[in-house]
Amino acid sequence: MNEWNNETLVEVFPAIWQGFLVVLQVTLVAGLIAVVLGLSVAIGERIGPPWVKRVLSLVFQFIRNTPLLVQVLFVWTATSLYINPEWSAFAVGSAVLGVHYASYTSESYRAGIEAIPLGQWEAATALSLPTHRVWGAIVLPQMMRRSTAAVANWVIAMFKEVPTLFVIGVLEMIAQAQKYQGQHYDGAVEGYTIAGILFLAASYPVAVAARRLENRLAKSHF
Amino acid sequence: MQNPTSDSRPLIRFDRVNKSFGDLTVLDRLSFDVAPGERVTLIGPSGSGKTTILRLLMTLEHVTPAKDPAAEGGVIWVEGEPLSHMEKGGKLVVANERHLRQVRKKIGMVFQSFNLFPNMRVLRNVTEAQVHTLGRSKDEAEAKARELLDLVGLSAKVDNYPSQLSGGQQQRVAIARALAMDPDILLLDEVTSALDPELVADVLGVLRDVADTTSITMLIVTHEMGFARDVSNRVMMFDRGQIVEEGAPDEIFSDPREARTQDFLRAVLAE
Repeated sequence: MNEWNNETLVEVFPAIWQGFLVVLQVTLVAGLIAVVLGLSVAIGERIGPPWVKRVLSLVFQFIRNTPLLVQVLFVWTATSLYINPEWSAFAVGSAVLGVHYASYTSESYRAGIEAIPLGQWEAATALSLPTHRVWGAIVLPQMMRRSTAAVANWVIAMFKEVPTLFVIGVLEMIAQAQKYQGQHYDGAVEGYTIAGILFLAASYPVAVAARRLENRLAKSHF
Repeated sequence: MQNPTSDSRPLIRFDRVNKSFGDLTVLDRLSFDVAPGERVTLIGPSGSGKTTILRLLMTLEHVTPAKDPAAEGGVIWVEGEPLSHMEKGGKLVVANERHLRQVRKKIGMVFQSFNLFPNMRVLRNVTEAQVHTLGRSKDEAEAKARELLDLVGLSAKVDNYPSQLSGGQQQRVAIARALAMDPDILLLDEVTSALDPELVADVLGVLRDVADTTSITMLIVTHEMGFARDVSNRVMMFDRGQIVEEGAPDEIFSDPREARTQDFLRAVLAE
């Protein structure tokens, strides 16, 4: 017991793999929230009336400056007690993770928008382009070039934080390893090892791809 | 509400316009008219308010509003309509974005730093606003763009990105982009200042062609005195937001009356 065992490794693998698939699903949902909400916040801060800017800034400062674990536990408890106890841990956890990382991606988008030279805005004004074209055809394409790699890195960081959702019962890899150990009094080390290897196997190629994308964008014509 | 002197119908009228940036007053009750088809060059030292005048006309800056525009002025008029203001309840009030969007369609601007959209190829730089501002069809916009890019000598570069062009070529695309909007007024803000000396002639050549072949009203801010002399009907010398002296180019460049103009021209021509 508690010694490395290859047979246990083989036995625990399917459960950890199931957990890995859950991690991927959470990453997909939360990543979508982080990417879309982060962009919406960055645009809202730029074009919204002053009170919108103040509220967004305050809310996302708060989110950035409090631990993810506290946010996950707070929202899970609050939604269970006061809103709907039927909501799944997967849904609530993915939403909290997505919103938390939107607070970071919005900063990357904001930096991308602020880096666009003033002359671009002035040329768009001089040509009387409608707002949706200014954003859709000029600002966002230029901003994406600057922000994509940073946002991709935030999504990779988020992927590695999915195990935090273990505390509310999302059956990701760590929860699966603990569940196995609880049932068999064994397999925790093997389970954690597989989890680590799967995290590395998934995040390393994505990180390399993000770096290549960054280099490619830097060499593009604009 | 009509321009108070609409009989004479200047194309552009600055009526006692003020512009301040914080405590700094750049234009102080500035008044002047520009007639249709006139080419006016604004000269003067840095900070004299020349570029601010162009930026006010392009609505990139806004006038410092007077309390009672009807009595105190402070209004810019274009084609007899207020540009900086709009009529509301029989009074002139500071224009909102919708009004500005409408009135600025009459005006085109070429910037010192070109400001082409780097993510668009040359052709799309010239068609984008034609399609989305003027509502032209894509085919119509492309035909117009190709015609203008031919005029500026860049028909072979339609598929290039701005970063693949020299500064002079980028500026010529910017001129084509501004002309594609069929503006009544073309504002040229130090369009050769950011160019290497050998590229200046190409850009000025294109602008001379435009001046020779169209009746577009031009306001030009430049330090290219030869170009100003050739192209303009009138030269206005500015200092500290005021017109020091104005007149025909030959008059101003050959025989300036004011000491301030003489000093300025001496300094510029010595460069």
